[in-house]
Amino acid sequence: MSSEEKQPLLEIKDLYKEYDKKMVLNDIQLQINKGEVIVVLGPSGCGKSTLLRCLNGLEPIQGGEIKLRGKSLSGKDVDWQKIRQHIGMVFQNYDLFPNMTVIENILLGPIKVQKRDKNQVLMQAKELLDRVGLLDRIDAYPRQLSGGQKQRIAIVRALCMNPEIMLFDEVTASLDPEMVREVLEVILGLAKQGMTMIIVTHEMAFAQAVADRIVFLDAGNICEIAEPQEFFTDPKTERAKQFLNIFQY
Amino acid sequence: MSINWDFIINSIPLYEKAAWLTLKLAFWGILISLVIGLICSVIQYFKIRILRSIVGAYIELSRNTPLLIQLYFLYFGLTKLGLTLSENTCAIIGLSFLGGSYMSEAFRGGIEAVSKSQIESGLSLGLSKIQLARYVILPQAFSFSISSIGANCIFLLKETSIVGAIAILDLMNVTKDLIGMYYQTFESLLMLVIAYLIILLPMSFLLTWLERKVRYAEFGN
Repeated sequence: MSSEEKQPLLEIKDLYKEYDKKMVLNDIQLQINKGEVIVVLGPSGCGKSTLLRCLNGLEPIQGGEIKLRGKSLSGKDVDWQKIRQHIGMVFQNYDLFPNMTVIENILLGPIKVQKRDKNQVLMQAKELLDRVGLLDRIDAYPRQLSGGQKQRIAIVRALCMNPEIMLFDEVTASLDPEMVREVLEVILGLAKQGMTMIIVTHEMAFAQAVADRIVFLDAGNICEIAEPQEFFTDPKTERAKQFLNIFQY
Repeated sequence: MSINWDFIINSIPLYEKAAWLTLKLAFWGILISLVIGLICSVIQYFKIRILRSIVGAYIELSRNTPLLIQLYFLYFGLTKLGLTLSENTCAIIGLSFLGGSYMSEAFRGGIEAVSKSQIESGLSLGLSKIQLARYVILPQAFSFSISSIGANCIFLLKETSIVGAIAILDLMNVTKDLIGMYYQTFESLLMLVIAYLIILLPMSFLLTWLERKVRYAEFGN
């Protein structure tokens, strides 16, 4: 094994985060290896989304360290604009740009930020759109798409940047139930291709199917890290047991 | 009371000339206001130091002094300091000075209406602050602010009615002259109202149409 392979792709050490002196995340330790899929679970307000947002610099952290391939992402001189190209993020409310067509949304980052060749990106975009079944909507505006379609486009938009890690922040939370599946299937497909992902979700069955490891957060602390089978059948902590009980009828 | 039709017909050329002048002043005033407003709102968006304070002071000064006073200052005040500007120049500067702050506030409202998640979504694609403004924020802000911009255009056009105070023969001043000379008060005022309507009604319709177009392109409603 070369040293690069042994090194985790993303490393979170002693992460501490507060809003207005109120602790939101505390003592977070997590290592994510290349190709791994981490699902973060936990009750509302436990800091799941905040954790994701810290990982691509949307939220500053007050303590600890985040390292991408051994390089620290803490400190003032970190060029988040560059790092964000390696860490793709998909949001709950899709947030496609309404003033641009699907393809303009997708091409914006690769062409304006990464200065890549337009034809090459276009080919990649078409291939990805085809894979999520939306090639025929390439010239549509976001307002002409359903929520599920928008979210699949948002995923393609992030993928076209060729990120090393994808962050998914409750990407099915604002979708109608019948559209959840089409989005989750795309994510599942990515997992099969070996994409490194950190996923925040409330879809328990999906979490179990897609995750290599489950991270259970409560009140800003990691309570439990376990393989999905183990977490869902035999959670170690009382807090996780309570949490899982809520989902059983 | 009968209407003096001869007087009305004879006065048409005077009103026509004054209407073109009013339109010309309003056109330049609005155009320059838009440019000033855009620059000011961008300065405020990027929170550029020093310039930002200057813009803030300008907006307060411009919005909290009447146009009439601004015109007097430009026309009579500056002359005392040795700077003499033509009436029309004063009027255009005055209108732009006033309109710039209103336009700036309209743009600012539009910029603030762009949701935070749109900005974060742009940031997560690695866009720089300038790219974010250029591709995401300003196009959307423009759609959000188009109705206030339209209202400001009409407001500025109507504000031209006081430039007569610095001896410009605009619609209002022509009317005052005619009343003074011929005592045809009703006919003169009727012509004045009609002249403003002829200018403003099409402009209102045009702006409403434009607003609908722009908003549809963006949001589909």
